[in-house]
Amino acid sequence: MKIAVVVKQTPDTETKANLGAAGLETNGVKFILNPYDEFAVEEAINVRDKVKGEATVISLGPDRVIDAMRTALAMGCDNAIHVKVSEEDLAKCDSYVVAKGLAEAIKQKGPFDLVFAGKQAIDDDALAVPQMLAAFLDWPRATVVTKLEVNAEAKTAKANRAIEAGAEEVIELQLPAIIAANKGLNTPRYASLPGIMKAKKKPVDVLELSALGTGPQDSKVEMGGFELPPEKQAGKIFKGSAEELAKQIASALRNEAKVL
Amino acid sequence: MAKALVLIEHKDSKAKKASLEVVHALHSQGVEVEAIVFGATLDKDTLATDCGAQGAKKLHVVSDASLGFYQAENYSATVENTFKAGSFGILAAAATALGKDLLPSLSVKLEGGLGVDCTGLTINGDKVSAKRPMLAGKYFATVNFKSGPAVISFRPNVMGLGDGSAGKAEIANVAMTPGAGKAKTTGIEGGAQGNSRPDLAEAERIVSGGRSLKSAENFKILEELADTLGAAVGASRAAVDAGYAPHSMQVGQTGKTVNPILYVACGISGAIQHMAGMKTSKFIVAINTDEEAPIFQKADYGAIGDLFEVVPALNKEIKALLE
Repeated sequence: MKIAVVVKQTPDTETKANLGAAGLETNGVKFILNPYDEFAVEEAINVRDKVKGEATVISLGPDRVIDAMRTALAMGCDNAIHVKVSEEDLAKCDSYVVAKGLAEAIKQKGPFDLVFAGKQAIDDDALAVPQMLAAFLDWPRATVVTKLEVNAEAKTAKANRAIEAGAEEVIELQLPAIIAANKGLNTPRYASLPGIMKAKKKPVDVLELSALGTGPQDSKVEMGGFELPPEKQAGKIFKGSAEELAKQIASALRNEAKVL
Repeated sequence: MAKALVLIEHKDSKAKKASLEVVHALHSQGVEVEAIVFGATLDKDTLATDCGAQGAKKLHVVSDASLGFYQAENYSATVENTFKAGSFGILAAAATALGKDLLPSLSVKLEGGLGVDCTGLTINGDKVSAKRPMLAGKYFATVNFKSGPAVISFRPNVMGLGDGSAGKAEIANVAMTPGAGKAKTTGIEGGAQGNSRPDLAEAERIVSGGRSLKSAENFKILEELADTLGAAVGASRAAVDAGYAPHSMQVGQTGKTVNPILYVACGISGAIQHMAGMKTSKFIVAINTDEEAPIFQKADYGAIGDLFEVVPALNKEIKALLE
């Protein structure tokens, strides 16, 4: 069974927004493996171990994304595919182009039975690429997955997908399928030192995005108008006994904010 | 100007406010709006009245026994057919669990552009653009649609509702287009049935707790205040990591982004990742013993005190006010 996990390299969650003409200034930003992708990588490795298959990590971006893939390799993925595009072109690629490029790579390097991804990248928060991959590949998908059972022989999977207010939809899928991982699916392992050493020697296959038949020219949207949100000013501070505090808050909410 | 098709979500034939906001957002910009709704059994008249009041001219009703649950394949195929048959230029929905799952794949099927979780809309002739938060709201960007239809999901509680006098929607029955049959939702587990509290992402009021709650049991005092307010209950990552609350309740960069009118933060210090997920709340109340907690810099009303005393007192006070 061949398993792929699609990952994105994102700015660290501590990142402050320094904006330039193309959006977030990436100079000086610390990049990490997108936190939700850690759950996807862990699940890919677990399923690989269970079915004695192979787990391939795939990422699209400039050379810096190899670091994110090395993290996945150090956790246990077997090999990597780098879909290469320059930093400048990447800024002009929308989710449509990214998904199209990744889908093409999956087709060329497959056939894969299962493709994992994080449910959302923490930089653009679009929650889009997994469903778009499903559309380009004509595969079924389950997103925001918190529980997964794979039946390798029957080529089926059963996924729980988190929806509103703590409820979960139960989805039965035929493989090949896309699974977008949510926090809670598993507990991602830390890469061990031997794992990190081994990762350096694992093969990374390079595909140029342009050779996959797509690129910035196919983008359906153009991003612009980058701006910081207005800073909220500190308001009133109340002090006193619990009862006094309660009275002051309730009064402010009713009389000033008018929300009660 | 392009015509818009809006996906309406509902609970027992009562349209979600977040969906009606999308109808109003487009109608108020002069766009001709039609809506589409799915379900196993539907009260068409009620839905048509609610959608019409916000500006929908027509409601496409898709009724099928399989639609007791959200079925991504059937929804996708049916919306795609309806959209293509109706010379629409915009497909829109609320950025809910369903809207966020469905629209991205449909944008590919329709060869259109995608804007997710948008908080603003500008229509200028045939040019459509939408504002959206990036990096969990640390900055904003404008999505300019340049080729194909514009596929947009809107963040709940942002666009607002009209006065409800827009008109009445005509009902059109549409046969469901079955999908490829490779995936099927077979049930719902946990959560919603026993819980009448609103969902975090759509809630107008939220009471949220941090690690200072010290245990899962102690969240009960927040739940009591939440029930008085008709609010949802949230938690900081620290509280979730400590096992006091499930991840489905986490507010922040690796949890849910929320946008209520009132956010009451109890024992939450205000880490940058948490603030990113809730700082667009209209009014923020912070209760914390630590005067130096960063949350006080963003709070409209800060109370320096012990949440274990202040929250029950506040509950009592608000109960009295609301009586």
